[in-house]
Amino acid sequence: MQFPIISFIVFTPILAGVLLLLFPADRKTEVRVTALAAATFSLALSIWLYFSYNLPQGGYQFVEKYAWLPDLGISYHVGVDGMSAPLVLLTGVVMFTGVLISWKIDDRPREFFAFLFILATGVFGVFVALDLFMLFFFYEIAVFPMYLLIAIWGWKETREYAAMKLTLYLFVGSVIALVGALAMYFMSGLKTFDMLALEGANFPIWFQNIAFPFVFFGFAVLGGIFPFHNWSPDGHVAAPTAVSMFHAGVLMKLGAFAALRVGIMLLPEGAKTHMPWIILLTLVNVVYGAYIASVQNDFKYVIGFSSVSHMGLVAMGFATLNREGMIGAGVQMFSHGVMTALFFAVVGMIYDQAHTREIPRLSGFRLFMPVVAVAFIIGGLVSMGMPGFSGFIAEFPIFMGVWATYPWIAIVAAISIVLTASYIIRIISKVFFGQLPEEFEGHITDVTVLDKLALVVLSVILIGVGVYPQIMVPLVESGVNNVLRLLGGA
Amino acid sequence: MTIAFEPWMYVAVLPEILLVVLTLVVLGLDLALPEERRGGLGWLTAGGLTAIILVGFAVAMPAGEPRLMWGGMLRHDWLGFAFKLTALFAAAATSLLSMDLAQVGKRGEYYLLLLASTLGMMLMGSAADLVMLYLAIETTSIPLYVLAGFLTRDDKSTEAGFKYLLFGAMTSAVMLYGFSLLYGFTGSTNLYELASLAQAGQLSLASVFGSLLLVLVGFAFKISAVPLQFWAPDVYEGAPTPVAGFLSTASKAAGFAVLVRVLMAVFPGIQPYWGAVISALAVATMTLGNFFALSQKNIKRLLAYSSIAHAGYALIGVAAISMPGSTLGATSVVFYLITYVVTNLAAFGAVAAVGRVTGSDEIASYAGLSRRSPWLALVLLVALLSLSGMPPFGGFVVKFAVFAAAVEVNLIWLAVIGVLNSIIGLYYYLTVLKVVYLYRSEEEDKPMPVPGGYALGLLVLCVGILLIGTLFAPWFSFSSGAAAALF
Repeated sequence: MQFPIISFIVFTPILAGVLLLLFPADRKTEVRVTALAAATFSLALSIWLYFSYNLPQGGYQFVEKYAWLPDLGISYHVGVDGMSAPLVLLTGVVMFTGVLISWKIDDRPREFFAFLFILATGVFGVFVALDLFMLFFFYEIAVFPMYLLIAIWGWKETREYAAMKLTLYLFVGSVIALVGALAMYFMSGLKTFDMLALEGANFPIWFQNIAFPFVFFGFAVLGGIFPFHNWSPDGHVAAPTAVSMFHAGVLMKLGAFAALRVGIMLLPEGAKTHMPWIILLTLVNVVYGAYIASVQNDFKYVIGFSSVSHMGLVAMGFATLNREGMIGAGVQMFSHGVMTALFFAVVGMIYDQAHTREIPRLSGFRLFMPVVAVAFIIGGLVSMGMPGFSGFIAEFPIFMGVWATYPWIAIVAAISIVLTASYIIRIISKVFFGQLPEEFEGHITDVTVLDKLALVVLSVILIGVGVYPQIMVPLVESGVNNVLRLLGGA
Repeated sequence: MTIAFEPWMYVAVLPEILLVVLTLVVLGLDLALPEERRGGLGWLTAGGLTAIILVGFAVAMPAGEPRLMWGGMLRHDWLGFAFKLTALFAAAATSLLSMDLAQVGKRGEYYLLLLASTLGMMLMGSAADLVMLYLAIETTSIPLYVLAGFLTRDDKSTEAGFKYLLFGAMTSAVMLYGFSLLYGFTGSTNLYELASLAQAGQLSLASVFGSLLLVLVGFAFKISAVPLQFWAPDVYEGAPTPVAGFLSTASKAAGFAVLVRVLMAVFPGIQPYWGAVISALAVATMTLGNFFALSQKNIKRLLAYSSIAHAGYALIGVAAISMPGSTLGATSVVFYLITYVVTNLAAFGAVAAVGRVTGSDEIASYAGLSRRSPWLALVLLVALLSLSGMPPFGGFVVKFAVFAAAVEVNLIWLAVIGVLNSIIGLYYYLTVLKVVYLYRSEEEDKPMPVPGGYALGLLVLCVGILLIGTLFAPWFSFSSGAAAALF
């Protein structure tokens, strides 16, 4: 029997979280070190998983399957393919960097890291789940710690409101998808929740057409799809930095990924029926999100709405249902995850020093935080889709895919590139260049070594994928081939 | 129908016999021991009940076909067995959670009443005759009336006891009237004899349906289903907290046991009618419970309304049983109740542990709890999230099971209403957790001692919630064994 690497990845965080809860409350340094050790271990495992995926062989690898509740056909069934392997890696990266930049948290760090790690287990679990029940199980685990993380450690002004809004939105989405999934279970007559078996269930087309919107939108709420996106900027803004990174970086991918896995892959005919109008919604996401981002004055809201816009591109890529669009969407999930984690980390670092996020009041931060400024510029170039950075590798195929199916949508969506450039350049010039205002003089210091380490890790990944796309694109393509097979080789 | 006596029948009711022995021992010690040494009675009760559970597993487990025993008064089957163990477990946990409570925990008669009521619940689970059923229900209820009003110097508690008594007596009278009509129509009091008469078509459906509606009044009171739910918040608020926990769990589970047995297993001929009645009850019960819970300021009242809502969720499973082709319905109900008992006991246990120190059950008094006592806060987190249906806690799996049972028989609309209700539930449970984890209080630096009984009881319950939520296969097959024995 091979080493159960996926189980280790999934359960390391939650076990570490439980271990943390057993520490005495005043041992804050020990708590942080243990958390970092666990995060490093998870990152190492996910890197190992990513690079040992056997590409020529393809398909689901590192599969583990144990009976969980045989009476109902529920099993613990995990494995990764080309679609999920990058996302597992992404989660490992965000978890590691999230712990690094949360070092300063002084209010009950024990509980903070414990909840963060429970969340991480939920996220890993969804990405590797090959059983529908298991997917829901971990999906919900990923939802509830969010409430506490935002409500307790979030921004005082809006945290209670934003945390409740976010949790209820996501819960509504997931339970609606749950009813759809139960209908699929009984409709298939296979008495199993195994998604690989359900892929071959051949649901009648009328059923797929009815069930698809429930399942797809249920999950896509977490992916931030219009008009169910408005929990997301509020949630991002209210969350503490590491949670924003996790949230925008990983959790939104959870929604998009589950919408793909359960919606498109299990109900392909339904997808073909509904995608032509869903792509219009994603167009709204892309353009409207970018427009709202460009008129915000709050630094964090800019990034929050930019996530809505970029996640719209992911959904748009899926909605094309063709090879290019889906490859782009797959890479975009990873690229946007790393990029937005970096953005939120930067916002958090600036806010910690300046105690304001009003863009007009900020200026000249490059003088005191050169590393932060460089990292933000790298993230900004990714966001604008500059060649040489991962954003280009992701967005170019998406636009190709959209052009192939709906050229005029591609044209309209291209407006977002201009809008993105405008808000990114505005932030770079306003926040980082110019003179430091008098009110900040004397008490702005550079960020810590741990913060810099986090930023460097994230930046290196963004450039790495950008200059050497071979590291990711063929892998994602193998995952996309599997989806296209289910769509009938479209 | 004559059921000859056979020696195995003694073994089958050995848990009940041992429970009576334990009751007598507690009574004797209460008389013999001086007052300051009665503190150990709680441990004795909990330990004795645990031993009875083990004995039950060892010898009284039903094997093979369900059999009637003791002249047809009781039925030896998995359903009865499952609910017996649940009642014993709930009583053991309740005595652990009561013994450090002022004016309650050191008094022998408290445990005496608790055990007497438990005996009634065990018999409710396996009663197969209307006379026995009525006796069992009254054996359960009368000690509970006294327990609810146990704090005689507390106006709210006496009010609770009296209210519970009045409503209980009234509904039980209506139910008894239903029983007498059933007897009048058929000339028999044995449930399974009634069933075979009904199946043979010798009874007019309308008359049976009518009398069963009267019977339903009594059952609905026990499970606090709408429109007989209004006693619950007042009684839970006034009763000593562990008693409220016991009322909301064991008593409710026993009520469901008789509901499932009488309405679903015994009268399959009129099931389609019940499908509509029970679905309507389920919708009204969970919706009303959840909406009223939203505005509560007192945690015990909040838990009371939440327990009404949970009766509604369990009724979804009952409604599923009454539709043709249901394989999951009965299993999901039993599974739901087992989990709900464990979870709600944990919630009330945590409330009792906090309330005995702070002296208040207002939700506002929970501010700063996570700093004052991180462990109690965690117990509350586990219990409330399990109630709201979040994994990896038991509540998720069982909600999944009842919704699956509903979808299986095409009651998708009912599952959707249940799902929407669970969103409301999540909202108010989170509101409590927000106070616990987020708000500050001036008293948060004061210690909050957690005596051994609470620590052990809450630990067992939390581990139980997690075990049900993660390794659910054994619990599920236990429940489906109970469900299979119905028919």
